[in-house]
Amino acid sequence: MHTRQIEIECLRYDPERDEAPRWQSWQVPFSDDMSVLQGLQYIKDHLDGSLSFRWSCRMAICGSCGHMLNGEPRLSCQAFLRDYFPAKLRVEPLQHFPILRDLVVDQSAFLDKLASVKPWLIPKPNPAPADEAQRQTPRQMAKYYAYSQCINCLLCYAACPQVGLDSGFTGPAALALLHRYNADSRDAGWDQRREVLNAEQGVWGCTLVGYCSEVCPKGVDPAHAINQNKVNSTLDYFGLLRLMMPRGGDT
Amino acid sequence: MEVIRCDVVVVGGGGAGLRAAIAAAEADPTLRLALVSKVVPMRSHTVAAEGGSAGVIRGDDSLDQHFEDTVSGGDWLCDQDAVQYFVEHCTEEMVQLERWGCPWSRQDDGRVNVRFFGGMKVQRTWFAADKSGFHMLHTLFQTSLRYPSIRRYDEFFVAELLVEDGRVQGVLALQIATGQPVLFACSAVVLCTGGAGRVYRQNTNAGIVTGDGMGLAYRHGVALRDMEFVQYHPTALPGTGILITEGCRGEGAILVNRHGHRYLQDYGLGPPEPWPRAKAMELGPRDRLSQAFWHEERKGHTLDTPQGAAVHLDLRHLGAQKIHERLPLITEMARTFAGVDPVSAPIPVRPAVHYTMGGIACNRHTETALPGLYAAGECASVGIHGANRLGSNSLAEIVVFGKVAGLQAAACARQQPVPAVPQRQAEAAAATLLALRGREHGERVATLRDELGDCMEAGVGIFRDESGMRAACDKIAQLRERWRAGVRLDDRSRVFNTEWLSAIELGFMLEVAEAMAHAALARRESRGAHVRMDGYGARDDANFLAHSLAWRQGDGPPRISHAPVHITRLPPQARHYGGAGDKAVLT
Repeated sequence: MHTRQIEIECLRYDPERDEAPRWQSWQVPFSDDMSVLQGLQYIKDHLDGSLSFRWSCRMAICGSCGHMLNGEPRLSCQAFLRDYFPAKLRVEPLQHFPILRDLVVDQSAFLDKLASVKPWLIPKPNPAPADEAQRQTPRQMAKYYAYSQCINCLLCYAACPQVGLDSGFTGPAALALLHRYNADSRDAGWDQRREVLNAEQGVWGCTLVGYCSEVCPKGVDPAHAINQNKVNSTLDYFGLLRLMMPRGGDT
Repeated sequence: MEVIRCDVVVVGGGGAGLRAAIAAAEADPTLRLALVSKVVPMRSHTVAAEGGSAGVIRGDDSLDQHFEDTVSGGDWLCDQDAVQYFVEHCTEEMVQLERWGCPWSRQDDGRVNVRFFGGMKVQRTWFAADKSGFHMLHTLFQTSLRYPSIRRYDEFFVAELLVEDGRVQGVLALQIATGQPVLFACSAVVLCTGGAGRVYRQNTNAGIVTGDGMGLAYRHGVALRDMEFVQYHPTALPGTGILITEGCRGEGAILVNRHGHRYLQDYGLGPPEPWPRAKAMELGPRDRLSQAFWHEERKGHTLDTPQGAAVHLDLRHLGAQKIHERLPLITEMARTFAGVDPVSAPIPVRPAVHYTMGGIACNRHTETALPGLYAAGECASVGIHGANRLGSNSLAEIVVFGKVAGLQAAACARQQPVPAVPQRQAEAAAATLLALRGREHGERVATLRDELGDCMEAGVGIFRDESGMRAACDKIAQLRERWRAGVRLDDRSRVFNTEWLSAIELGFMLEVAEAMAHAALARRESRGAHVRMDGYGARDDANFLAHSLAWRQGDGPPRISHAPVHITRLPPQARHYGGAGDKAVLT
């Protein structure tokens, strides 16, 4: 089924051998249904087993295989070689992250940011017995549902210029997740999350570029979540939020 | 070597591992818990589960019906004491997930909605659109962050159990980022490492599903039980094997062959109308549907696609609104990976390996025969799936028995004095692993892995016969020998050496596959997902109403023995699907 050959050029870096990252390219036979991930797997299986990259589900839900493809953050399993042919395809690790090895980045700072927003349900005093599911109407769900779709693939961090300028910026995915819980009618954790939200490196770190939402493979729209919370944060500053802002349980 | 002392090590950060860790942390916040996983937890394969999770909730449903559906679905090879415990605890776990924020799909009045799955009398499947596993996993992961006693070791590959004085006393892991071996010394280990579907060529599983935990336990004398029962999911994309959820059929989708004929009516699942109807046609069990496809292919009734034979899964009559609301991931995947919009065209599908019903033998308390070792989730055989798992029982299993395992391990750790650090075993194991990384001669990992996948498809597939299974056994023996002779790595560096890890995984895969093939050969009957064409076409309760146990025998093939099934209240009967029935009202 392999019909054509495409040149795939990858950034290589082994911290124990290389002083700086370098490029290496391979000619990879491909068919129309082959993803970029399958191209990388072809290299690893048949041409050079030393190329390191993360992958797992190959169906765009585990969030492992984000790379810069010709400079654009994409999931490699969701991008197809046919769309890059006949030009060559350049694969780099996600930008704004430290490179561990080849295409593998260090995601530990992101995981710390994720934990910092307290991304768990902080229940309100609830009359429903603990052995029963709470009620939540589809309308109430709609307020947070899109923000619960994040697969933590890091593409938005690679896209965000602010993350590049200030590595301490909480960043799009974590702030969208913060909003996901704040907007949930079952949650009463606003007060516990406000410090992270209102901080200089919280929503105010965002400069409204919006590229995070453009590259999101799951339609999460972190830019919208963040900017909605700039309003909330302002109101909070002036003490108005408590009066105006419906949250937790509103229908 | 770095030594990390803790009380409980949970291996695997998927749904079962996270649930186990949370249960242990809640039981005793002073316990030092290590959650050790070869990937960051939210990358675990639980994330790819689509359709949903079982839990009795409707007024017209009952625990007895869930019990009966599960036991008959498993063709009576289920341990009924385990099934009883399971059905009694599914719903509370679904409610617990709701309390932790899981966005289960709702009815208009805010109550949780449930959908049909195959082999179910009544709608029982809790679902979060068609991303149920994704939402369960992220809910569990995010909730686990609340517990300071759960210390995560992301991207640590557990390569060996450390056993001394007849007890498990730790694990040896490789820190992937540095390539350094790390010794975790502990009193109890919970294996939650998932299945082994990757031993087949065409499967719905993520690349990480390589049977590591099964291999770890097996190498220390714990039997692998019922390994011959490998589930082919009837609807996966040809070529890639990407899963197209049973939830599609639960919402009313139909399967047709190249002539537009709903062929399942020709295989004891009809009549086709009224539709939809519980436990009939497209809502039959997975084993029957995959077998029907095989016959259709033989008869030349399937479609030819560039990736091989397929039938059509047709959702069009559900309408765009329902498809987009209930099945958004399927819509996205059909477009991306098959170039088809399910609103306007049917999706080409075929069976692909999906699930290992068998696994590490344990009792209904998740205890294995090795003191201190527990197992939960797909890697375990707790006894609820029998010869064929019902759709939506596996997501429920990971939380119900994940919790049990966490509580059991916590109790074990509290009773057990802090063990000595098993340094000697760890160093021996580390030396073997490091030697593997240094090899400059031999065959490529991919060569052996692909030959294994092809031989399992050919010999231990949907339909089986003696000569095919023997050929698979011989081939695996030969592959194991070639693996021992050495695989050559291009990559001998330490930092994030994934080729090295894949060589270690291949070692586990070969042994687990060998247990599957030999257990299959020894079962001279047909039951559930194990169907023979060589004169053993019927179920044989007189001789084979029994679990198989595969015992590792060093470099040679495993010894297979059989053990009784726990039957408490539902004696074996014929399995009935199809037949007359009322049209179901879908919510």
